[in-house]
Amino acid sequence: MPLPEGTYGLLAEFDTPTHLVQAASAAYSSGYRRLDCYSPYPLEAAAAAIGFHRDEVSLVTLIGGLLGLAAMFGLETWISLWAYPLNIAGRPYFSWPAFVIPAYEWTILYAGLSAAFCMLALNGLPKLYHPVFNAPNFRNGATTDKFFLCLEATDPKFDVVETRSFLEAHAPVSIVEVEY
Amino acid sequence: MATKDAPVNDPMLDPRTGEFLVIGPGHTFKSVTEKVSRIVLTSHTPLGWFFGFLIASGFTGMLLVAVTWLFLKGVGIWAITIPVAWGFAIINFVWWIGIGHAGTLISAILLLFKQGWRNSINRFAEAMTIFAVICAGMFPLIHVGRPWLGYWLFPYPSTMNYWPQFRSPLLWDVFAVSTYATISVVFWYIGLIPDLGTMRDRAQSKFGQFTFGMLALGWRGSVRHWVRYETASILLAGLATPLVLSVHTVISFDFAVALLPGWHTTIFPPYFVAGAIYSGFAMVITLAIPIRKFYHLEDLITLRHIDNMGKVMLTTGLIVAYGYSTEVFMAWYSASRWEWFMMWNRMFGAIGWSYWVLITCNIALPQLMWIRKFRLHAGLMFLMSLIVNTGMWFERFVIVVTSLTRDYLPSSWGTYRATRWDYMTFAGTLGLFTFLFFLFVRFLPMIPMSELRLMLPQAKVRAEAEPLPEAGD
Repeated sequence: MPLPEGTYGLLAEFDTPTHLVQAASAAYSSGYRRLDCYSPYPLEAAAAAIGFHRDEVSLVTLIGGLLGLAAMFGLETWISLWAYPLNIAGRPYFSWPAFVIPAYEWTILYAGLSAAFCMLALNGLPKLYHPVFNAPNFRNGATTDKFFLCLEATDPKFDVVETRSFLEAHAPVSIVEVEY
Repeated sequence: MATKDAPVNDPMLDPRTGEFLVIGPGHTFKSVTEKVSRIVLTSHTPLGWFFGFLIASGFTGMLLVAVTWLFLKGVGIWAITIPVAWGFAIINFVWWIGIGHAGTLISAILLLFKQGWRNSINRFAEAMTIFAVICAGMFPLIHVGRPWLGYWLFPYPSTMNYWPQFRSPLLWDVFAVSTYATISVVFWYIGLIPDLGTMRDRAQSKFGQFTFGMLALGWRGSVRHWVRYETASILLAGLATPLVLSVHTVISFDFAVALLPGWHTTIFPPYFVAGAIYSGFAMVITLAIPIRKFYHLEDLITLRHIDNMGKVMLTTGLIVAYGYSTEVFMAWYSASRWEWFMMWNRMFGAIGWSYWVLITCNIALPQLMWIRKFRLHAGLMFLMSLIVNTGMWFERFVIVVTSLTRDYLPSSWGTYRATRWDYMTFAGTLGLFTFLFFLFVRFLPMIPMSELRLMLPQAKVRAEAEPLPEAGD
């Protein structure tokens, strides 16, 4: 796959979460759709401002948990009834109350692993390279104390000059053009 | 929270609520980040760290010697024999895994209850969980005698055409503990990712940037990522909560499902879980107090934390006390002479002293924590945490040894006296635990920075009405 070239987008830096959210919701309401915010801690207001409300992690976790439950309960039943039936003090081969316990543990195991890996997969991580890392001020603050709004060049509304003047109206600390 | 006797103008108190601040006053996003990341990113390792690390390494070396000798000679070097076939290995297993439980409680249950104060202590409490589970998991494995065949415990298609027996609590243990270890590691690592991103961005050395960069998986703090991240964290917390309760319940089944007097009782699951949380919080205090002193983290791990943890210990200690009294009551009320004899023997038999050590350490002395001044005194609380952990170790000792040495038939009675290899293995795991913990505080951010930022007042998005500053500001 050829590497994309040129401008990835315009990255505006803000000092407070309030300014970021204001700028982000203004950008969203004026029609920008390919945009992202970067914050050093979870900032739900900013995600809501750019129209990101729901994620699928919960659903995948539920499916994972049910799979774990079915896998272990099925394995126990198969082993105890067909593969290796053992008479343990006259208890029934299908001792389902005892089987519940490992099945319960595997429900949690599968659900937990699904939650973690689904979160990473949907986030596209691991991804060690990303264009925003090219912005000189990003590394300095994005994971410490600064808030960023990136309007991406793939957006049909994007225009280097117009988008820059749009961002300037929201008083960012700086605006950087990010290259791929 | 009782604040009547507190001075009004204390800067550590929140003027609105009168409660202790969770984070000391005057902190910014940058200052909390720097405070935590500097401990790791400094090129100057404090001398005290080397000193402590050396001692811990010494004890870890002792563990290696003890375990190597065990592998060469077999479990006969321990004091275990019939009737006491469990001995130190199982006592230590239950003790260690119980300690681990507070980490999960802090990171999961307190997250679900929206207890913001937990944020400062959850990372190292989770690390404590993982290291405690490592120490715990070792014991049943080396106790089986031929640990290189430990994989026989798992259901896998073997050439022997053999499968495990799922009606046994000992097999339930395998699944409970292995799930617990896996989920604890995953939860801990997921929690670390944003902070690893911070470390990558703040590291000065190429090696630091590279290592933290790889570990951070390219985290860049996109708010979309954060939303999914938060969902995953809440779900993991919601899953870890029933997990932690089930793990110690399953461990109590190892005892409760047996027919031995003193073991065969339905009070075991809840009282084992309470005891686990009790000892775990004690261990968190044992670790937190020296760390906050040594690394000057009094602003981040405040007296509020110590105070709250003291309250949790007091509560769970009372649940444990209720468990003990129920055992005594049921021994009498059941009208079973074997149960009654077991209780009498536990209190006044050959090793009755251990019962009174446990009552003193777990029930009598912790009542001092009703006093607010006591809970706010770091030194005294440190001492109390050591006392409680001693008491909790003796609890498991009493349960394992008194019941096994005196079962139904006097002809099968026996004694138990631990050998030096038992003591060396136990002390060695304390060393291993400390060894791993020293490495953790040196190489990873021990306080979650992203969660600390969230707790600062400036993290809130303010109302729309606020005017924008001038462009030239």
